[in-house]
Amino acid sequence: MANDRGPDIELVRTMVRIRRVEEVLADCYRDEQRMRTPVHFSIGQEATSVGMCAAADPDDVVYAGHRSHAPYLAKGGDLPALVAELHGKEAGCSRGRGGSVHLVDAAAGFAGSAAILGEMISVATGAAWAFLLTGRSAVAVTFFGDGATEEGVFAESLNLAAVHRLPVVFVCENNGYSVASPLRRRQPAGTGIAARAAAHGVHALEVDGNDVFAVRAVGTAAVARARAGQGPVFIESHTYRWREHVGPGRGDDQGYRTKAEIDSWIEKCPIRRAVDALRPAEPRIDDWVRAWETEYTAEIHEAVGRARAAPWPDVASLTHGAYSPATRHESVKGGTCAR
Amino acid sequence: MRTLKYWEAISEATVQCMTDDPRIVIMGEGVDDHKGAFGTTKEAYAVFGPQRVIDVPNSENACAGVAVGAAANGLRPIVVHTRADFMFLAMDALVNLTAKWRYMFGDHGGVPVVTRGVVGRGWGQGATHSQSPHATFAHYPGLHVAAPASPADAKGLLVQALRSGDPTILIENRSLYPVEGEVHTGPVPVPFGVGRVVRPGSDVTVVAVSLMVHEAELAARHLAGEGISVEVVDVRSLRPLDDAIICESVARTGRLVVADTSWARYGFAAEVAAVVAENLPGALREPVRRVTPPDCPSPVSWPLEEAWNPGADSIARACLDLLGHDGVGSPGSADVAVGFDAPY
Repeated sequence: MANDRGPDIELVRTMVRIRRVEEVLADCYRDEQRMRTPVHFSIGQEATSVGMCAAADPDDVVYAGHRSHAPYLAKGGDLPALVAELHGKEAGCSRGRGGSVHLVDAAAGFAGSAAILGEMISVATGAAWAFLLTGRSAVAVTFFGDGATEEGVFAESLNLAAVHRLPVVFVCENNGYSVASPLRRRQPAGTGIAARAAAHGVHALEVDGNDVFAVRAVGTAAVARARAGQGPVFIESHTYRWREHVGPGRGDDQGYRTKAEIDSWIEKCPIRRAVDALRPAEPRIDDWVRAWETEYTAEIHEAVGRARAAPWPDVASLTHGAYSPATRHESVKGGTCAR
Repeated sequence: MRTLKYWEAISEATVQCMTDDPRIVIMGEGVDDHKGAFGTTKEAYAVFGPQRVIDVPNSENACAGVAVGAAANGLRPIVVHTRADFMFLAMDALVNLTAKWRYMFGDHGGVPVVTRGVVGRGWGQGATHSQSPHATFAHYPGLHVAAPASPADAKGLLVQALRSGDPTILIENRSLYPVEGEVHTGPVPVPFGVGRVVRPGSDVTVVAVSLMVHEAELAARHLAGEGISVEVVDVRSLRPLDDAIICESVARTGRLVVADTSWARYGFAAEVAAVVAENLPGALREPVRRVTPPDCPSPVSWPLEEAWNPGADSIARACLDLLGHDGVGSPGSADVAVGFDAPY
């Protein structure tokens, strides 16, 4: 459905699409066992990706961590290529080699995601440095979780970005948990991630990560500031994941968080909140959401069906891509029986 | 002796050693959670609590250095990485500090840190969650490196590491966790640098470590049905390496296949080949064969991942090739992970 109802409605539409895609993917993942790649769903956290990517220009680039589907789709990443990647097919965005945690869609400005915590914080900083040195006006945006801020690369990258006033926006999706470890056991009470970012000389702020309009507002100002050469910006977006760390389950049976806690965050559903906020001015919005849910349910089922039917990569091409074609034959042993 | 699963043997060694030695503590991301590092730290947490089984922030580099400082001051830390690939975030502390501490400070004392790294395999773990870094760490003098294949060795080598005055890297392939085998009831160490002949044979020697020992056994059983006698040697530890058991076997068979879950060049397979070349230059009747993954990162796509992982098939083919046989059917692959309830 085209974007003809204004930017606020568009945010809701995009969140509904990502929600439906991930819910259907989670069901298929569990029931069909055909997506043989660890998956980390963003269900409940969509507003951060959607609000931030709406704030970015098409030419800006986005990097993400392991919880990558939502930022990929929010930046305009190709849905069939995502679904094919999860199925390990040649039509996947990383040709079936990378899986859920290694998504890329260069044309859409989604420049890559990574499975090792914090890696893309430095890579986005490097992208911003390249923009600065080559005179490109783009901004690099990178998503990561609260856990990644405990890695050394977080401090090192923010310091470097601040001292060189690089056009990068660091977006921390603070969902309160690293796998099953709560934030309070990993970072000292009385401190905050945004405060630590500020101590590095990075302009830092916090936002209600389940308020898509607030995220977009903060993100728009951040991107403008970075683009204007005023240095990097850090945004701590407070949110919550409804599912388990990895996999399709709800994770309310694993003992590290209570059902009441999960339910309290489901009450703060970013889609419901946005719809409630827009309803007075747009009384038809509930009808639209229902129509979108139907439309996107069909879209994702079609993508899954196509991905299932798509061809596997050719095993003869197994080593292709480890090096550029010019050096491939010199550097690579082809088989499992090396001489 | 009674039968335990591999993960149970690690858990038992941990609890017994922690009971005997109050200096032992466990540090790792999520070691106290509901999964308990594949079950290996659950009982320790239940028995010793959060004072000695410590969930740490996502700070691998710092934690490796913290373990050095703790070990230099009287503790015996076990650092657990539920994906060995995250050990690369700690390379500086592991390589520049842990391995070198004793030597570069004039042998005034060591830092007996035990670092456990778990290798993910299967279910599209992919490029950065499937790597087997045992040979990487075995390159550095000052570290002990072991990669047990059996529950008995998983327990015994951990006990040895926890009694050693030197730092140890233990690499565990998660596909091995459900494997069952006989295990000593008490904390009986398995010495480093002592391999074992898993299966005697006379036609060809297969030297392997960790998961590939099981693949080699499967290949050997299959080839026995074809009248071919394969000797399987499990080196158990990579540094120190039991040169003698390798050479004694190859001196008899005259043929060597080395199987590993990591790449051939500069790896475990290369080292074993070098040991034979240096010590037995005239013993080989055929060239050495290395059965390893091809030279690319681990792919996610199912058929590519199946092709990437070396297994019993490729070991059997290498043996047959050395013996001048054509293919005699497929032994399949030892899917020891069947029944493993956590694909991710």
